[in-house]
Amino acid sequence: MAWVTQTLSSSLGRKVIMSLTGLFLSTFLIVHMAGNLQLFKGDGGRAFNEYTYFMTHNPVIMTVSYLLYTSILVHALMAFVLTRHNQASRPVKYAYSKPEANSDWSSRNMGILGTILLLFIIIHMRTFWYEMHFGSVPMAEYDGKQYKNLYAVVQVAFGEWWYVLLYVVCMGALGYHLAHGFQSGFQSLGVRHKKYTPLIEALGKYFFAIIIPLAFAAMPIYVFLQVHHII
Amino acid sequence: MKINLKVWRQKNNNTAGKLVDYQLDNVSEDMSFLEMFDVLNDSLTRKGEDPVTFDHDCREGICGMCSMYINGRAHGPQTGATTCQLHMRSFNDGDTIVVEPWRARAFPVIKDLMVDRSAFDRIIQSGGYVSVNTGSARDANEILIPRTVADEAMDAAACIGCGACVAACKNASAMLFVSAKVSQLAILPQGHSEHKERAERMVAQMDAEGFGACSFTGACSVECPKSISLDHIARMNREYLGAKLSSENVQG
Repeated sequence: MAWVTQTLSSSLGRKVIMSLTGLFLSTFLIVHMAGNLQLFKGDGGRAFNEYTYFMTHNPVIMTVSYLLYTSILVHALMAFVLTRHNQASRPVKYAYSKPEANSDWSSRNMGILGTILLLFIIIHMRTFWYEMHFGSVPMAEYDGKQYKNLYAVVQVAFGEWWYVLLYVVCMGALGYHLAHGFQSGFQSLGVRHKKYTPLIEALGKYFFAIIIPLAFAAMPIYVFLQVHHII
Repeated sequence: MKINLKVWRQKNNNTAGKLVDYQLDNVSEDMSFLEMFDVLNDSLTRKGEDPVTFDHDCREGICGMCSMYINGRAHGPQTGATTCQLHMRSFNDGDTIVVEPWRARAFPVIKDLMVDRSAFDRIIQSGGYVSVNTGSARDANEILIPRTVADEAMDAAACIGCGACVAACKNASAMLFVSAKVSQLAILPQGHSEHKERAERMVAQMDAEGFGACSFTGACSVECPKSISLDHIARMNREYLGAKLSSENVQG
């Protein structure tokens, strides 16, 4: 098995791990966003709570969720290892460097953007995932069946202006992270083709870097406005 | 024109270096950047000071020896050109120009602006060749190669090994250099038969030399004097992954 460990610890192999976990996390974002669109339904949270129940009880979803947690950890740890290695590759820095002349800001700051996102995920999971699994969530009853009322938790959290602001800023970081990360992930796998690379780049630039973060950022803003009876 | 220089001076790899200020009052805008350095060195020598050591050879953009990091960019503000192809007309009268050596763990400073790029030689020695005799010119014509493939291989073969890709990369990664050779030989029939071992060996040597990993910022390709495309990096990733999955080398 020497070839496996050798491959995965090579600089190219590490980037493959970053790419596979990153692209998996990107697909998760689509599901997460689509599901949470239930928040816009305006039915007092029923659709959202039923969706939450499904997501926490379906065995397939539960299995995939462990893959998701693992991917987040591996992506973050591997990023840390790579960043350390990359920094060590240039022990003496340039006194004067003009990187903006040859590359995008987001492509050079994936580590910073990723750190913001990791902190965001910790806060986000503490607020919702932890409460859902280990906290005391009020109950709601629909058609004689008891559901955990996560929607109430959402309303409390997104009722705070600073929490909403935190989410909006972090979604900005998500946009920049994906603007580079999504298309770059394909390059690390060697997927580059005259026909498909422009499609992948467009998908990364418009769908993953703009539409997804905007949709996510709209959720706390919408709930905030609703909670405070502005709309 | 009048030029203020801040030049990295370092006695050898064991001593710390620093930027030293020099002023040149009579620089012609038709001088190349290296000729401007010749003028500086001439004046330093006349004053009995140690001239600035820098690499140079052909001075026509094909040897890959010149290697200055000028005002924050590899080979200076021009794209698709080496330092020797940079002329003083690219600057303004009274400009301050900061000149540093390539900075990478794998490129230790020998003296001043000269760095040791033999890591590149060792990477080429690890697999950047075709082991069999490919015959004479007539034999080459017997092997049919589509024009598009020949052109792409030639684009990769244009690499002069100057190291601007490493210098410009935020990770000091040598991916563009290594991939240019892996890619060039992989797509030609003469090189294809060894493509798996080549990708494995050259990547292993690249890592052993202490270069960073690839973040696909694209800086390397922009700063490359031969404008070598990122296509080759993607192809090397493909070659390497394919080789690792399908080669019979179980030792890694």
